[in-house]
Amino acid sequence: MPQTAMGTLKAEAKDLNFYYGSYQALKSISLPVAEKQITALIGPSGCGKSTFLRCFNRMHDLYPGNRYEGEIRLHPEGINILSPKIDPIEVRMRIGMVFQKPNPFPKSIYENVAYGLRVRGVNKRRILDEKVEQALRGAALWNEVKDRLNNLAFNLSGGQQQRLCIARALATDPEIILFDEPTSALDPIATASIEELIAELKEQVTILIVTHNMQQAARVSSYTAFMHLGEVVEFGETGGIFTNPSKKQTEDYITGRYG
Amino acid sequence: MEPLDTHISRQYNVELENVRSLVLQMGGLVEQQIEQGINALVQGNVPLAEAVIVTDYKVNNFEVTIDEECNQIIARRQPAAGDLRLVLAVIKTITDLERIGDEAEKIARMAVRLAGEERPKNNYMEIHALGTHVRQMVHDALDAYARMDTEAAVRVAQEDLKIDQEYEGVMRQMITFMMEDPRTITRVLNVIWAARALERIGDHARNICEYVIYLVKGKDVRHISLEQMEKEVREGN
Repeated sequence: MPQTAMGTLKAEAKDLNFYYGSYQALKSISLPVAEKQITALIGPSGCGKSTFLRCFNRMHDLYPGNRYEGEIRLHPEGINILSPKIDPIEVRMRIGMVFQKPNPFPKSIYENVAYGLRVRGVNKRRILDEKVEQALRGAALWNEVKDRLNNLAFNLSGGQQQRLCIARALATDPEIILFDEPTSALDPIATASIEELIAELKEQVTILIVTHNMQQAARVSSYTAFMHLGEVVEFGETGGIFTNPSKKQTEDYITGRYG
Repeated sequence: MEPLDTHISRQYNVELENVRSLVLQMGGLVEQQIEQGINALVQGNVPLAEAVIVTDYKVNNFEVTIDEECNQIIARRQPAAGDLRLVLAVIKTITDLERIGDEAEKIARMAVRLAGEERPKNNYMEIHALGTHVRQMVHDALDAYARMDTEAAVRVAQEDLKIDQEYEGVMRQMITFMMEDPRTITRVLNVIWAARALERIGDHARNICEYVIYLVKGKDVRHISLEQMEKEVREGN
């Protein structure tokens, strides 16, 4: 794995361009992602941060007309996960995703978490039980649901559903988890518990998070990238970006000025 | 550092501009306190000295008010980047201004004591000279803050060296007086206290210059040499 001043890199985007049909949404993006650190992507609506995040697990493949150029290298092997030769299902096993609104499957709590494993062909009850418990513990949900694992996931509160989605992502032992505004539908208490969870998760996985809440980026991340009009304007340590950004556009955005 | 009046929230513009200008008002009052404290001492003017002592509460009130405004901005706005640095610089600046106010009050107290003593032949010329220099330094530091001028801040910080040298000179002179005529010791000790207060004011003014550089450049230039400070300011211009 490449060693840099940021420590070991888990992934790197290199000269990444992305097109929705003829519209270019990402322009020559290069960004390092440090291993077992939290990297936040911030920027105004429509700047391309969610588009960029979705490249990491080939979500765009689901729609015709979308096109990638450039590469995203996943380490330690250094494979380009955007290459057509790479199976997107395999990428998604290694790089999980949690969305803005909790989206559990219409299944039991247990089956939600076990789903990714079953897709992988794991069917032994003992292994599933163990993995489900481990993932739910990892998502700080086990104590709240251990007595009702067969209840429908929809009966959980919003914050619990989101933690269930995190458990579902954790069950396949991903190397990276992508969070796309994971708390924008939650109240401040549920938000705080998700943020706490994200901070704990970085012990075991690399995290990339898109957020509109700049205080959230400042609170949870080690590195922050500010994006604007499909480009990375500034990237650096979060402490530096929020006290002394080097680009005027970044300063204008994080201090709430006309840009 | 971006202009203060360009936030999307106009109310936020108003709040930041308000603390910024309150600091300048507080600075104006503190300058006046230094000037009158020195005049009271040099002229042996007891009513003026008493006015300075009484007025110190106004300086203290400024400190409390501005502190509270800054607390509100932090709690309600969560300032970032240049705005954050402004609020932090303001909180630190007013602490130094309040201390300067205390030193001015000290000078006024010495003025009251000295008014009862025989006046020296030189009419406290050395305190007048040192005092004028120090007051100018405080004025220039506040000016650098008002105009967010880091070059000026460095120049003013450099003045502190001259103040220190001048203070050393005054001390040597006072020691000579005491050795020549021990009956002057009580009086001279009071003069020394006043000179010491002026020297401390110079240090506080230098601190304010350091906050200006932090505010504008985002660089912490405390506890480094003046040469290093100058280099930091020139960098990236």
